[in-house]
Amino acid sequence: MLILYIVTILLLVISTCVSREKTLRALRITGKRFAKVAPAFVLMLALVSVALYLLPDHAIARMLARENKWVATAGALGLGSISVMPGFIAYPLCGILLDQGALYMVISAFSTSIMMVGIITFPFEKSYLGTRLTLVRNIASLVVAIAVAIATGLFFGELG
Amino acid sequence: MKMLKKHLWTMAPAGLFLVFVLVSVLAGFLPGKTIGKNFVIFFIQMLKILPCIFILIGLFDVWVKPETVERHLGQDSGAVSYLWALLLASTIVGGLYVAIPVAHALYVKRARLGVVVAFLSAAGICRIPMTLFEASFLGWRFTCVRFAISLPLVIISSAVIGYFFDKKKYTLPIL
Repeated sequence: MLILYIVTILLLVISTCVSREKTLRALRITGKRFAKVAPAFVLMLALVSVALYLLPDHAIARMLARENKWVATAGALGLGSISVMPGFIAYPLCGILLDQGALYMVISAFSTSIMMVGIITFPFEKSYLGTRLTLVRNIASLVVAIAVAIATGLFFGELG
Repeated sequence: MKMLKKHLWTMAPAGLFLVFVLVSVLAGFLPGKTIGKNFVIFFIQMLKILPCIFILIGLFDVWVKPETVERHLGQDSGAVSYLWALLLASTIVGGLYVAIPVAHALYVKRARLGVVVAFLSAAGICRIPMTLFEASFLGWRFTCVRFAISLPLVIISSAVIGYFFDKKKYTLPIL
C-alpha cells in the first residue's frame, strides 16, 4: 500500500518536472473520470455492505460445510459470485474452513469465483465495459471457476 | 441535468441507499446501522487506493503514446500480448474495482478487446500479493493447481470473447 503512494507521488513529481502542463491535464482527466464513475462506485459499495450484512462469515461457513459436495460446491460458487471480499479476509476464512474439514474443491470454487466473478461490481464494470461484454466476461469467469473447482477436486482425490 | 438523467438508474438506488442508512442511524434501526458501518469501512478502504489509481491512469493517459500500447497489446500484436496482459494483471493491487478502470485505459490506448478481457479476468487470479496470501493459507499445491487450470482457460476464453466482440464491432463506452 505504501509503495502505491510512493510510486504515485514520485511519478507526479517527475511528470511535473518534465511538463507542468501535461501533468495538469492528467489531473483534470483524473477528476473528470472520478466524477463520472462516482455514482456507480457508490452503488457498488452500497451493494457490498448490504451483502456483507446478509451473508456474515458463519452463514458462508455453514454453506461451504454442507454434507453433499455438489451442493456445497454450487453454494460456494453462488456465494463467491455475489460477494466481493478482499483477499486478506477471504483467504484466512478459507484456511479456517479447510481446517474444519471443508473440501478443497469447495474452497477453490469459493475463492476463484470471489476473485473473478462480480455480481456486485456489475454496475461498476458495466459503466466501463458496457452491459454485453460485462455479462459475457462474468459468465466466462464463472465457467472457469467451475472448471478450476472440478480440477482441484480431481487433483486432491475428492471426486472418487 | 443531462448527466443526472443518464445516471438515473445508478443514482436512484445509490441515493435511496444513503437515505436508508441515514434514517436507520437516526431511528436506531440496527440492521441499517450495521450496513451503514460496513459502507463507511469499505468507503474509507477504497478511498485509500482509488485516488492513486486514478491519478496513475491520468498520467498514463497523457504520457504513454497509443502506438506503444498498440504495438504490444493491439490488433496485430500476436500471442505475446496475452503474456503482457497476465504480467500487468499480476501487479494490480486491490481487486476488480481497480482493474476495471485500468483495463478501460488500456482499451482507450488501442489494446485489443481480447487482451483487455484477459487482463481483467487475470487480475482476479494472478495478483502477486493475493497469490502469496492464498499460498500461505491454502498451501502451494492448491495454488499451483489453480494457476495451471485457470490461466490457460482465461487466455483462451478471453481470446474467443475478443474475437466475437471484435467481429460485431463492439466498442466500450467512452468516459
